[in-house]
Amino acid sequence: MGIVEDYVARTDGTCGKDKDVIVTFKYDKKDDAAKRILNKAKVQKSIAKIIFELTFGSVSFRLYGSGKAIFRDIKDKDELNSILSQLLS
Amino acid sequence: MLNPYKVREDFPILKRKVNDHPLIYFDNAATSQKPRQVIEAIKSFYENHNANVHRAVHTLSQEASELYEDAHEEVAKFINADGMSEIVFVRGTTEAINLVAYSWGFHNLGKNDEVVVSLMEHHSNIVPWEMLSRTRGFNVRYADVNGDGSLNYGSLEKTISKKTKLVCLSHVSNVTGAINDVKKVAKLAHEHGALLLVDGAQSVPHLPVDVKDLEVDFLAFSGHKMLAPTGIGVLYGKREILEGMSPFHGGGEMIREVSFEPKIKRCLISWNDLPWKFEAGTPHVSGGVGLMEAVKYLKRLGMADVKAHEEMLTQYALPRMKECGEKVRVYGPLGSSARCGIIPFGIEELSSHDIALFLDSYGIMIRSGYHCAQPLHELLKLNSSARASFYIYNTREEIDKFVEALGEIERF
Repeated sequence: MGIVEDYVARTDGTCGKDKDVIVTFKYDKKDDAAKRILNKAKVQKSIAKIIFELTFGSVSFRLYGSGKAIFRDIKDKDELNSILSQLLS
Repeated sequence: MLNPYKVREDFPILKRKVNDHPLIYFDNAATSQKPRQVIEAIKSFYENHNANVHRAVHTLSQEASELYEDAHEEVAKFINADGMSEIVFVRGTTEAINLVAYSWGFHNLGKNDEVVVSLMEHHSNIVPWEMLSRTRGFNVRYADVNGDGSLNYGSLEKTISKKTKLVCLSHVSNVTGAINDVKKVAKLAHEHGALLLVDGAQSVPHLPVDVKDLEVDFLAFSGHKMLAPTGIGVLYGKREILEGMSPFHGGGEMIREVSFEPKIKRCLISWNDLPWKFEAGTPHVSGGVGLMEAVKYLKRLGMADVKAHEEMLTQYALPRMKECGEKVRVYGPLGSSARCGIIPFGIEELSSHDIALFLDSYGIMIRSGYHCAQPLHELLKLNSSARASFYIYNTREEIDKFVEALGEIERF
């Protein structure tokens, strides 16, 4: 099993004009996933451990303490998988 | 007056925590939570009475049939219909509208006809008509909405003509909570010789609905938004209209006789009585039992009190949400009496999904997106919206927590 499958429970495209992607991390791995992501990505701003506005290269996204992340302007599933595997490795 | 604290004791799910916070459930326009009375009625059905209905002479089948028929009668009384022959059980509002489209519409709509739909409709009251128009050749015309998302009655009046055969309108908007004057629209439709189909998904669970007083021809609604389980809903139709309609689905239960005629080598079929003519196959019996219990529960509370409670919550929430900060935008009609307990909103520079995810971290469940009403969002120039929607078990204290969290993300 790849690292993305290891940490990610599901990915969902959002409903609305902006086509964002919501990534839900596996419940028992959400804290570890957050730790790994926060090690790799740059924190722009945050509210306690509830929400983190992050950048990783040219990608901006938000990570939530509840174990979810919302990615913007993602081209396709391959791009998302590539970003997630870099963030989680 | 409705006591939400007492009501809450009946809802086991409200005792749970989400993300280490007590659950605050503000996604009632999507589906409601279920009281233990409904859960236990379904459990009791399976433990004591489960059998197929209208099929066998044995005791269990008789009991199941009686319960299923009682459920139709209970629903009929709830909306003041003339008995169970006017109550067809379906999967939900969507199936009810599709039933009208493919049973009534397929046989009554043609090239020179028009169906009038409002632009505030849920996709389930737009798509079936657009789909059917492509095979039947009739025209679908749209009545406009005002800037606050309420129905533009002037536009509706102009859109209805002699060609109009059917007007389709939601009683309450699932996006803005705006309450439409169904009685006024019924009069207008009938003056032009058209029928009126009302989507009651957001009204029947929340306010008193009397089909005779409103003079609707069809009313569609879902059980799961009014304390009952998913997969059970209702199509009300005036008896004389339902009698004139052909069945939507074919199979068992909906026929009286299917006999093979050797001379023509075909089967001759006659339909069952109403409402069974429209309920082909083994129905969702336990769902019907759950819906009956849900209706009894709401009747005990009193629908006028349900409406008053939601009005109170809306009146309490609206100014507080606006005070959260300059970036908070509340959409929909401003007066709390012009709307049900549905509040769409947004925060500048944040997507509705960001708002929903942030609130989820505090155990607050709201909906984000188009809410299956993309045309209305386009008209109101919204990319999407966040939506808080209340019900009988919600309290002012929950709104306080919601507003507090909203203020926090507004400052982010």
